[in-house]
Amino acid sequence: MRDVAFGQFIPGKSVIHKLDPRIKLILLVLYIVLTFCTFNYAALSVPLILAVVFMLLSRISIKQYMKSMKAVLVIIIITSILNLFYGNGDVVFQFGFLKITDSAINNAIFIVVRILCLIIASATLTFTTSPTDLTDALERLMKPLKVFHVKVHSIAMMMTIALRFVPTLLEETDKIMLAQKARGADMESGGILKRAKSLIPVLIPLFLSAIQRALDLAMAMECRCYHGGEGRTRMKTLTLKSRDTLSLVFFGLVITTIILFDIFIVHTKR
Amino acid sequence: MNNILRTENLSLVYGENTPFEKKAVNNLNIEIKEGEFLGIIGHTGSGKSTLVQMLNGLIKPTSGKIYLYDEDINANKKKLRNVRFKVGMVFQYPEYQLFEETVYKDIAFGPTNKGISGDELDRRIRESAKFTGLKDELLFKSPFELSGGEKRRAAISGIIAMDPDVLILDEPTAGLDPQGRDKLLNQIKKYHQVRKNTIVLVSHSMEDIARFADRILVMNKGKCEMLDTTRAVFSEGKKLETMGLRVPQITKIVQKLRENGINLSNDILTIEEAYSEIISFLNKGGKLK
Ligand SMILES: Nc1ncnc2c1ncn2[C@@H]1O[C@H](COP(=O)(O)OP(=O)(O)OP(=O)(O)O)[C@@H](O)[C@H]1O
Ligand SMILES: [Mg+2]
Repeated sequence: MRDVAFGQFIPGKSVIHKLDPRIKLILLVLYIVLTFCTFNYAALSVPLILAVVFMLLSRISIKQYMKSMKAVLVIIIITSILNLFYGNGDVVFQFGFLKITDSAINNAIFIVVRILCLIIASATLTFTTSPTDLTDALERLMKPLKVFHVKVHSIAMMMTIALRFVPTLLEETDKIMLAQKARGADMESGGILKRAKSLIPVLIPLFLSAIQRALDLAMAMECRCYHGGEGRTRMKTLTLKSRDTLSLVFFGLVITTIILFDIFIVHTKR
Repeated sequence: MNNILRTENLSLVYGENTPFEKKAVNNLNIEIKEGEFLGIIGHTGSGKSTLVQMLNGLIKPTSGKIYLYDEDINANKKKLRNVRFKVGMVFQYPEYQLFEETVYKDIAFGPTNKGISGDELDRRIRESAKFTGLKDELLFKSPFELSGGEKRRAAISGIIAMDPDVLILDEPTAGLDPQGRDKLLNQIKKYHQVRKNTIVLVSHSMEDIARFADRILVMNKGKCEMLDTTRAVFSEGKKLETMGLRVPQITKIVQKLRENGINLSNDILTIEEAYSEIISFLNKGGKLK
């Protein structure tokens, strides 16, 4: 159960850990857009190199990255295979009615590299940013939406709480499952119906304790006079440091490079 | 006495190969004798719960083996369920496992899974409810309407109704009132004497352990620090203190009296023992000054 925690925060002291979470979030969005705006191999190599740089800078072990990739490996394989057989252009390889064209191969490579980049970058963000920092950053970045009467603070608070309780609930599920197994509950054999039924002894205690937790938490928050976002100040205020500005500037350069590559290098046939 | 459970180089690592790696149990070699009452003590986080959960196959060891009646319990995955009927386990907070509409049905969950039905089932449910001191009128209430202590009793009944050969209790009395905990532990002792099964009790209360256990396993940082008779373990007060544990309070008092030159026996573990020892000391003409 615990292994599902994809991209769990891993505390550290790397440069990326120290970056302002808002900047990281903006950079991630820019990066994703960028990756999908690459139209030839030269341009595509830029996000790929950047991904490697992220991995090195974050000082998170490759193993962790591998683990988060494992979860989406199937998706990568399926999409790349589908893409291989789809597309027109010069036939490179023919096998019965299946034919692989050069543009299809290019397509598949682009897709795989893009997805890989996407995973590495978002994993870097979640590895190096604590959930609270992340929602904090989201709240700040969404602040302008207040004009449209979006309850930015409530949304951020909800996200913080939800994120905070994911591991707790997983742990709880684990415990309850063990306790029911100790009473001989059989969750591993039988057909779908039997298995679904065998989940009842786990789900009922889980829901009950989740509800109880929610009530307790609400009470505890009220006891500390929580009353929403109005007039609330922060313990940790986010301030931009020179490294944050620098990384933005650096990213600007990268974007320019990619655009230049896209314009001045002949397009790969796709 | 034969060994009913035995571990061989047993280790468990949580979160292996992650930065959160934690050796909860480290190369443990212990044996539990058939029919004994074993107490397990140890500082918070010393790996007690982890160990007992491995003993009935709920968590798989990272390395090492566990033998139940000389059979490796993890050798055959299909037999694991049988192991769990033989080694019953009451969790640290067992009330979280209640789920049925009525307490009666909830107690029935374990034995039913074991294949027991009809009159025998009814008998076991009522007996085990009586055993933990759960009142009859509560049996047909929803388990969620019970108080914390009553929930605890209902959950323990659910395990006892399975009638396991080894009954493991992980801090069964946490959060019970003083009388309730004494009663429950006394019942468990009585059950142990009548049923002649093996009991493993994890507890933070040195007094409870001193009163009920035949032998004690002392865990420290995932390792077995001592495994000996209750008297032998509690005669090592200094060593226990280095592990964040202590001897029962009454033992400490008698020790202090001895240090002041009052000639009492040096292996007093319970208040009853201390009482009769002091009385006989006074009768022999001794003075407590
Ligand atoms: N599911 C888990 N995942 C990761 N680490 C765990 C898990 N369960 C326990 N641990 C860690 O393993 C160590 C041993 O835990 P365990 O629950 O066995 O201790 P314990 O002796 O029962 O403590 P207590 O007296 O507080 O109940 C602890 O340091 C704990 O943090
Ligand atoms: Mg414990």
